[in-house]
Amino acid sequence: MRPEITRRAFLKGSVIAACSIASTSSVARAAAAIKTGEPIATLIDISRCTGCEECVHACKEVNADKYPKPAKPFPKMYPKSVKVEDWSDKTDATERLTPYNWLYIQSATVDINGEKKELTIPRRCMHCTNPPCVKLCPWGASIQLDNGISRIDSDICLGGAKCQTVCPWLIPQRQTGVGLYLDILPAFAGNGVMYKCDRCYNRMARGEIPACIKICPENVQTIGPRDEILKQAHDLAASMNGYIYGEKENGGTNTFYVSPVPFDKLNESIEKGKGQPHLASVENSMATGDKLAMAMLVAPVAGVMGAAVRFYSMSKKRMIK
Amino acid sequence: MTLNDRITKFLYIITLTFLTLTGFAQMPIFKRYRIADIPGLGWLAEFYVTHSMHYIFAILLIGLAFYVCVDYFSDRKKEKRPTSQMYAKAVMISGLIITGALLVFKNLPGTPPYSPLIVSMLNLLHLTFCMLLLFYSLIILIIKKYLVQKTINDSDLLSEKKSYFQE
Ligand code: SF4
Ligand code: SF4
Ligand code: SF4
Repeated sequence: MRPEITRRAFLKGSVIAACSIASTSSVARAAAAIKTGEPIATLIDISRCTGCEECVHACKEVNADKYPKPAKPFPKMYPKSVKVEDWSDKTDATERLTPYNWLYIQSATVDINGEKKELTIPRRCMHCTNPPCVKLCPWGASIQLDNGISRIDSDICLGGAKCQTVCPWLIPQRQTGVGLYLDILPAFAGNGVMYKCDRCYNRMARGEIPACIKICPENVQTIGPRDEILKQAHDLAASMNGYIYGEKENGGTNTFYVSPVPFDKLNESIEKGKGQPHLASVENSMATGDKLAMAMLVAPVAGVMGAAVRFYSMSKKRMIK
Repeated sequence: MTLNDRITKFLYIITLTFLTLTGFAQMPIFKRYRIADIPGLGWLAEFYVTHSMHYIFAILLIGLAFYVCVDYFSDRKKEKRPTSQMYAKAVMISGLIITGALLVFKNLPGTPPYSPLIVSMLNLLHLTFCMLLLFYSLIILIIKKYLVQKTINDSDLLSEKKSYFQE
């Protein structure tokens, strides 16, 4: 999948040095937008990606210090059916999402104008606009920042994996043997910490763009204010007669994939499974809850009205008597 | 007990039971402890199902709370003052509703993010109010049962003694 001449050599020293090759004007524009703190989105032009995996390695390099360092042996967990999830011996794995790999390249073989073509797709957290992983985390370990980033605080997460279960793409990945649960009741509650792309929040806080975007030799990703990026995604899709994924999925995300082939075709072709998210359309997971929350506002009025009706009918009965 | 009181009580017990169950289900424990493996209880591990159910029963509880309050103060036949038990339960239920409302607000799209400390504190407070209410209700129930039983027994004993002396 990787072309013969890769740019891995640049990564040896510092990613930042290698990144200077990236288009500086667009980088500067994006960095300026990042500083304003408004919702930021990314556009991923699938037609440009060569699958070189530079982004994958850049992500690993800049985020290495955030990766889990579990102590072994792991504490026993009860009941016995609770499984250990240990990736600490497979930190190099890049064929799927893991606690040590927050971005990976999916590939799909598709028919474009009668020609078989392989498309490669960088996959990571979509950074949903109303992220269920954040909203439904019972401990507040999963948080959303003003600029639309969702991230899991590894100092607070107990590793119950609810965020993974409620994520339509099952993105967060667990590592056993690290985190706060070790200090509470490791045998009975929690099972480590969940990890996923945090859209390089610390780099972005410094006004820098995420490493995977900066390193890409093909400029596959573009980052900037959500409205602007969404417009760009539509323009790009229109120019290639293509399709967008991520605009409406799960009620809207901050990642827009643009592809020359329909996403259901891509979804049929890609390998799916644990740590390998699908590309199917996704309804808004939080929609029912949000509607019920609105109905909650009516509850006090209904209660008061019920009592008023009873009071009225009782008074009437008394008057008749 | 009037029919109104009976219906309100029945709804209150059902609501509180399901709120407790679905509330606990917001933590990933029913799957871990294999309770969801018990036939018929699989839904307890479905976060979106229990989340919606929790909201539905919360709507019922809020409606019921407002109904009972307004009804209590508008029913002129009830001239009794609220008892300390009522006050205690009102504080706990209000606590549940207020912390719950703040959590529901947090979950709405576009709400400014709460800090992790506030989220965990709100959840812990919500849980504490729930546990307090459950334990308090249980203790009251036991005391009532015990006292009523004792009174009945005492009065039985008394009448027995009386009849003995009368003989
Ligand atoms: S996104 Fe860019 S860096 Fe990543 S695999 Fe595609 S071409 Fe390579
Ligand atoms: S894609 Fe999944 S992990 Fe990422 S923000 Fe959305 S729900 Fe959360
Ligand atoms: S944004 Fe940062 S954390 Fe996310 S995939 Fe890219 S490099 Fe990795």
